[in-house]
Amino acid sequence: MIITRAGFLTSVQDLGRSGYREFGVSSGGALDSFALRVANLLVGNDENAAGLEITLGGLRLRFDEEQIVAWCGGEVDVHLGSMALPAGHAALLPAGEELKFSQPQIGCRCWLAVSGGIDVPLVLGSRSTDLRAQFGGFEGRTLRDGDELVLGKSRRSPAFAKTTADKQTAATKSISSWTAQHDWVSPAKRNPILRFVRGCDWDRSNTSMLQRFTSETFAVSLDSDRMGVRFDSPELKRQDNVDLTSEAVAPGTIQIPPSGKPILLLGDCQTIGGYPKIAHVITVDLGIAAQLRAGDQVRLSEVSLVDAHRLLLEREQQLELFRIGLSLHTS
Amino acid sequence: MEIIPLGDSALIVRVREQFEDAPEKTLDEVLRTLQQLRNAAIPGVIEVAPAYTTVALFFDPVAVAKARETPGDVIASGSAFHRRRSAAAAPRLIEIPVCYDAEFGLDLDRVGEHTKLSAGEVVDLHSTAEYRVACIGFVPGFPFLTGLPKTLATPRRATPRKEIPPGSVGIGGAQTGIYPLRSPGGWNLIGQTPLKLFDPTKNPPALLCAGDRVRFRAITREVFEASKQGGASR
Repeated sequence: MIITRAGFLTSVQDLGRSGYREFGVSSGGALDSFALRVANLLVGNDENAAGLEITLGGLRLRFDEEQIVAWCGGEVDVHLGSMALPAGHAALLPAGEELKFSQPQIGCRCWLAVSGGIDVPLVLGSRSTDLRAQFGGFEGRTLRDGDELVLGKSRRSPAFAKTTADKQTAATKSISSWTAQHDWVSPAKRNPILRFVRGCDWDRSNTSMLQRFTSETFAVSLDSDRMGVRFDSPELKRQDNVDLTSEAVAPGTIQIPPSGKPILLLGDCQTIGGYPKIAHVITVDLGIAAQLRAGDQVRLSEVSLVDAHRLLLEREQQLELFRIGLSLHTS
Repeated sequence: MEIIPLGDSALIVRVREQFEDAPEKTLDEVLRTLQQLRNAAIPGVIEVAPAYTTVALFFDPVAVAKARETPGDVIASGSAFHRRRSAAAAPRLIEIPVCYDAEFGLDLDRVGEHTKLSAGEVVDLHSTAEYRVACIGFVPGFPFLTGLPKTLATPRRATPRKEIPPGSVGIGGAQTGIYPLRSPGGWNLIGQTPLKLFDPTKNPPALLCAGDRVRFRAITREVFEASKQGGASR
């Protein structure tokens, strides 16, 4: 895979690292791990295969050999030569043909899966790039123009299992007609609502602050990255200035620092933190959180822990059906 | 012991309310709890990690849904703590060589001013005390050390430095620590170690882990350079 234009910020990511939090290593990985899982399934990969996380578009790439690709994420115009490639459709990309990602109209990031996955070394059990600590992925850094990445051995994608023989007979045949459900492949929304469960410092916060937390619009700050989304407003200043002992935080945690401007942690967040944890965005909504960019307006809505788990289990059951559907395509 | 959800895929076991009133005791209790939770092999649990007064437990809610009991239930029932009430293994003692030359100890004067000690006295105090790693965090491999002589406590710099060289040893409030990676930071820098605190190609990737005993040994610039060139890693 040859990166002709690396774009604004593109990195190699899989589903992240686990087992090294006690050494301060973040989980990292695709900020919307579900989007990467779906894209991987579409091209016939293991769900955990490494793909590219493309932030704010601008990526252009090509392959030496024909490859199957699929992407999920923000609202982005993706072109394969002159043909548009919509989110969630597998496509056969002929050797030398360029795949181009424009800047997103809505959202911030998208994930590209390539048949065989990106073959970078496993570091601490993952192929994800830890951009802060500069290890893993491709040389521990974001991609640059001219980088060449090696791909793993590919299995045949279910999308093209039946049509390989006549795949090049018509241009339209190089994009699969079927896809996954819309909110999986295009999770970005204008003015989204993020669902949350209460954090351990919820009860320590006063009622007017909690009321503002659930009623006001949160404005995403420019100062947001893979560690977290910062908000310019509201300012939820606390009366008591408690100095909390640092303890674990996780992707989805919403902290209130002394400035009162909330921070929503994402995949590259630190493993521990000392700011009050007022709430946690639920796992099924982390994909929406991963699409937030400067200027976006967000609202927050409370759900119970039971509902958070139910929503996650339902999505997993649907994904299981999707997997079965895919395997029927190959049989 | 308190069990608190940390979102929908993790929970925090709070072993003690306070750390500062009894650091050694808290650390021992937290590490014992960590070991017990690890040994309990609770279904669906992905990993456990300690921090000061707590142990965090990360789990896969999908795997947990298939198990008979949730991790919270297992812990609340106490069954995770029945087995192996044995004392934790004696902590390791790790010596960290540090060059306290002014070139590395950019804030030695600041610490001296605040503590009303000479730079030499600061170095003597810092390198004779024994510390323990309370937890690793901030960046991979960064040890938060407890046991700093009270006289050395110095508030963090009002404006953090944008970039701190790897190996820098600093004082932040009542704690001391070592920056493993080039990173921003607001602690007062008093020296630098040639050791590599974090190496992702090694397993474990960090030189130190929670509970370790640590001593600093003052070394000269020559020894610092020699061990750096010798690739002093561990």
